[in-house]
Amino acid sequence: MLKLFKNLNKKQYGYILVCIILIVFQVWLDLKLPDYMSEITVLIQTEGSKMGDIIKEGTYMLLCALGSLLSAILVGYLAASISSSFSMTLRDKIFDKVEKFSTAEMKKFSTSSLITRTTNDVTQMEMLIAMGLQMLIKAPIMAVWAVSKILNKSIELSILTGCCVGVLLVTIITIMIIVLPRFSIVQKLIDRVNGVTRENLTGIRVIRAFNAEKYQENRFDEVNNKLTNTQLFNQRTFAFMMPIMNFVMNFLSLGIYFIGAILIDKAMLLDKITIFSNVVVFISYGMQVIMSFLMLAMIFMIVPRAQISAKRISEVLDEDLSIKDGDYDLPTKEIGTVEFKNVSFKYPDADEYLIKNISFKVKRGETVAFIGSTGSGKSTLINLVPRFYDATDGEVLVDGVNVKDYKLKNLHNKLGYVSQKAFMFDSTVKENVTYGDNGKTTPSDEKVKEAIEVAQAKEFVLELDGGYDAHIARGGTNVSGGQKQRLSIARAIARDPEIYIFDDSFSALDFKTDATLRHELKKYTKDATSLIVAQRIGTIIDADKIIVLDKGECVGIGNHKELLKNCDIYKEIALSQLSKEELENA
Amino acid sequence: MPRMNRMRNEKANDFKGSMKRILKSMQKWKVIMFVAIVLAMISSIFSLISPNKLSDITDAITQGITPNTKVLSKITEKISINLTDQELLSKKVQSIMLDQNIDNDDKLVLQDTLAKMANLSDEEKGKAIMSLPDTILLNLLDEIEVSNKKISPSSQLATIKILGSIDKDDNDKALKAISDLPSDIYELIKPKMDMDYIKKIALFLLILYIIGATFGYIQHFILSTVSNRFAQNLRDAISKKINRLPLKYFDNHEMGDVLSRITNDVDAIAQHLNNSLASLVSALTLFLGCIFMMFYTNYIMAITAILASLIGFVLMFLILSKSQKYFNQKQKELGKLNGHIEEIYSGHNVVKAYNGEEDAKKEFDKLNQNLYNCNQKSQFLSGLMPSLMGFIGNFGYVAVCVVGALLTMNDVISFGVIVAFMIYVRLFTSPLSQIAQAMTGLQSVAAAGERVFEFLDEEELSSQEHIHKSLELDKVKGDIEFKNVKFGYDKNKTIINDFSVKAKSGEKIAIVGPTGAGKTTMVNLLMKFYEIDGGDILIDGVSTKELTRENIHKLFTMVLQDTWLFEGTVRDNVKFNRENVTDEEIWEALKVVGVDHFVKTLPGGLDAKIDDSDSISSGQKQLLTIARGMIDNAPFLILDEATSNVDTRTEELVSKAMDKLTKGKTSFIIAHRLSTIKNADIILVMQNGNIVEQGNHDTLMKKNGFYADLYNSQFSGN
Repeated sequence: MLKLFKNLNKKQYGYILVCIILIVFQVWLDLKLPDYMSEITVLIQTEGSKMGDIIKEGTYMLLCALGSLLSAILVGYLAASISSSFSMTLRDKIFDKVEKFSTAEMKKFSTSSLITRTTNDVTQMEMLIAMGLQMLIKAPIMAVWAVSKILNKSIELSILTGCCVGVLLVTIITIMIIVLPRFSIVQKLIDRVNGVTRENLTGIRVIRAFNAEKYQENRFDEVNNKLTNTQLFNQRTFAFMMPIMNFVMNFLSLGIYFIGAILIDKAMLLDKITIFSNVVVFISYGMQVIMSFLMLAMIFMIVPRAQISAKRISEVLDEDLSIKDGDYDLPTKEIGTVEFKNVSFKYPDADEYLIKNISFKVKRGETVAFIGSTGSGKSTLINLVPRFYDATDGEVLVDGVNVKDYKLKNLHNKLGYVSQKAFMFDSTVKENVTYGDNGKTTPSDEKVKEAIEVAQAKEFVLELDGGYDAHIARGGTNVSGGQKQRLSIARAIARDPEIYIFDDSFSALDFKTDATLRHELKKYTKDATSLIVAQRIGTIIDADKIIVLDKGECVGIGNHKELLKNCDIYKEIALSQLSKEELENA
Repeated sequence: MPRMNRMRNEKANDFKGSMKRILKSMQKWKVIMFVAIVLAMISSIFSLISPNKLSDITDAITQGITPNTKVLSKITEKISINLTDQELLSKKVQSIMLDQNIDNDDKLVLQDTLAKMANLSDEEKGKAIMSLPDTILLNLLDEIEVSNKKISPSSQLATIKILGSIDKDDNDKALKAISDLPSDIYELIKPKMDMDYIKKIALFLLILYIIGATFGYIQHFILSTVSNRFAQNLRDAISKKINRLPLKYFDNHEMGDVLSRITNDVDAIAQHLNNSLASLVSALTLFLGCIFMMFYTNYIMAITAILASLIGFVLMFLILSKSQKYFNQKQKELGKLNGHIEEIYSGHNVVKAYNGEEDAKKEFDKLNQNLYNCNQKSQFLSGLMPSLMGFIGNFGYVAVCVVGALLTMNDVISFGVIVAFMIYVRLFTSPLSQIAQAMTGLQSVAAAGERVFEFLDEEELSSQEHIHKSLELDKVKGDIEFKNVKFGYDKNKTIINDFSVKAKSGEKIAIVGPTGAGKTTMVNLLMKFYEIDGGDILIDGVSTKELTRENIHKLFTMVLQDTWLFEGTVRDNVKFNRENVTDEEIWEALKVVGVDHFVKTLPGGLDAKIDDSDSISSGQKQLLTIARGMIDNAPFLILDEATSNVDTRTEELVSKAMDKLTKGKTSFIIAHRLSTIKNADIILVMQNGNIVEQGNHDTLMKKNGFYADLYNSQFSGN
């Protein structure tokens, strides 16, 4: 956690120093207050005191209180600015780091975990600083100072205060020990309630079809009951806290008065007044002591939680980047070529290779397709081109240059990548199509329209409210899967790339649209090279070259007809999709 | 613990209505809640009584600190009468003169002094008398009686000697002198503390505190029980409601929305209700009680305390409303930033491949800066509260002390009253912020309640009470007929117009069409998930309108495109809600779809836990859901792209299993792959939600329409 605090800059450290000074000053004032209070009580107590004296002491006391308030306001201001700029810096750093991550790191952390790390975990740290900065500094100073103030005043009353603090701490710790582990259970049960409800919603047709409503209700009742009972146990245990705290505090004041009375009664006449004013002081200092110990206890409750968050943040910031940017940014001799030279790939900590010893070369304007069953490594293979991963062995060359040597930006400028899951941004159709930067000028409106037309999306885009400027919701929830896929293809087209990469990007299209789209694309981009991953034979049937993958190995290269003759696996796949006569007709 | 990410609207549209509804649905706990409220009030009243009692103790203590000066002055008064009264003096002088025991020299001094006395002032007279020898003075003094106690002349002599030497300006020395007084006099004037009285009050307070704490606990116990049970009931009601809503509802409502109601909203109700109700009741009692007690004790002091606190409260509310504004703004900004982060992270590949990092960073920086701006302000303002409250407390304290001192000097009130007010001031300031907090809490309750009730009030599936007919599973032949069916998801937009088709028992009906053509609509109508707008669907000649949904569902086996497994064992998932299914039957079904081997490899076999996560492949999931369908022996079968998640080679395996499944049953098959449905008895071709063609493969191909187009496109390429 301490490492994260290195992200504070000099100005913020300066602020912290000022905070410490102010807090010391504030504690000094706060502890001075009871002095004035007892002064005032004694004045009122003794007959013949002058009104002027009381008002004088009262003014001092108010000045103290005001000073304390002012420094509290200042500390609050500084703490707020330290903590919020600290969290801003942290968020910034995490975001920068994540932008540099490769797919491997994204997978390792998972997107949702990275999101919570960038937001919730940072908020936790912010809370720690905002509250901690004040309490962490204040509580120990306050505790030590207040204790020292009362320690030499009266042994008996000190023991009493000590006992009360002890009882309180034991109570809090006991309750925490009982309840804290159950908090995480509650969290899990809430997830379960969520999970079962989610199941009910996603499976609503199945449940109704099976008349299983009652069955699901029972399943829900079970978790609902568990959740409620655990919650109840927690809250009932927690309910001890306030009454006990109140009782102890009340008991302390009563005890101080009572023991004070006995002490005064037994004391010599001369000592009585002194003891009495000590008693009055004790009433307020005793409370201060208790309060400062409560604050300490609170810190012990926040720190472990923040520590977990700090660890999660550090993990992201300390992650080694597996993809390092190259520095090649000169024009290349070749254009539109992709070559794999004995490429193998495995995840850094895996034993099995996902791709084994693949070699092939694609010339400018060629269409190369990759086919194979799920898990055969075709997506992984194609992801090596835009460097989402780096090959473990061998070389991947684009335009004759190793992809690792390129400046990533230059490499990406050559590519038009369409992902497996079509991804939409929360903006207009047009902005989704012109997304990003290809090192050239932003595509013109004409270009956008063309791209959309080639991607077979024109018809539905024009039907949208607003046409090309229609709003696409976050994640594209207001358009269908097939429509999203066509828009993301349009995005690649608008980029005018040398090389297209389609990672199973036609799956949500029906056969007809699929065929027309590819046909139009071919017409539109004669010179562009295409790499296509597909499941359907129909999609790849007319590719220049088809590479058949099985368990990471290349088991056949050739066109459809050749492969049908000499590649068993290809034949098997083809036959499972089309009947014999259909294949022959094709 | 407060929720950090409160993204939802915190304000109810109709606070009163929503609260009323909540309270109404809590009726069954009204007695026990009333008890809790009474207990909360009693606890508050206790905390009001105790300062008064504490002030009694302080009064008792103060009486035990300083000597009783009134008695002392009475004694000195009586002594001085003895020494100054002329008549008494002359009588005494005579007897001294006659006394043989007194030294003659002393008698001479006495006479001498008396002679001079005539022209002396009173003060000088006293001094003169005091300078007389002790023996004479002793004889001059009489035994006196104060507070029913006799004081001997010798004690009197010692007293006046000590008192005469006192330096009035030095308090310490004076007290020391007083404690040196002869014991019979000291006994009379020493500070007396009524320990018995103190003990009695202390015991009373101790009992009060114990009862107060116990009541406090009982009240917390009751309220947390009630609010949690209430939350449980709400969750239960929502869960049951899901099953009673028409599927239509879920077409235009997001799943996340329902989920958020069942967790976030219900949680908010439970949490805030628990905290707010208790604190509202006790704070209100405390607040009103405090005002009452203050006025009861002393009205001038009461006005002082209230005025002093009032200034602070005005300030506090100003800050509170301001900080609320920034807080809302902060939540909004946080939401925006979250959205952006989510978008960029989940689109990571696209962002990278399209060099969108710089743009993303620019946008991020902007949002991050915005968040910083209002975050800092809201944090600063909300952090002010406790310090400000502390100051108000201190301010009230001083005001009470000053005014109190003024009043004690004029003997209007005792010191104890001031002590009581010192506590009242603090008691008085805390409930107001508690009430403010409780009110915002209740606002959240009302807002969350509104959302929950809105869901619970949604229109439910049509009632089936009037339906008495039913078709028995084993007596149904399996004929089905669509007769002039009219249907539209939207009442104004009919997508199926006058559709008629007849299928005989054992026939295979295929539904084909491009993605989004509305193939699932047919399933929805067959299963009566949606009600048709016109025409009729007949099973064995019986209108489905005259059958309950449950009855219809029983006649169908359905396997869907979306594999749906729930968290539970393999056995639970395959057996599902059906009773009397033996393990043998389950194994049999697993074997048919070819996952028996896979299940055997799982730890625990049928008892292995599975869920909807990625632990098993989507193909295996699909096979398990098919196995689930196998258990039933219904006359109708619906396969809605049931093999879409299986890779093409596994699919072959499954379709063999399917063939077994469809044997002898009237089956409806929705498929992407046209080759599998070529042999269907009837093919329904759908486009844009409507049925555009129907017939068998050959007739449709001959027609050379949409179907032929679709069929050829799959291997035409270009």
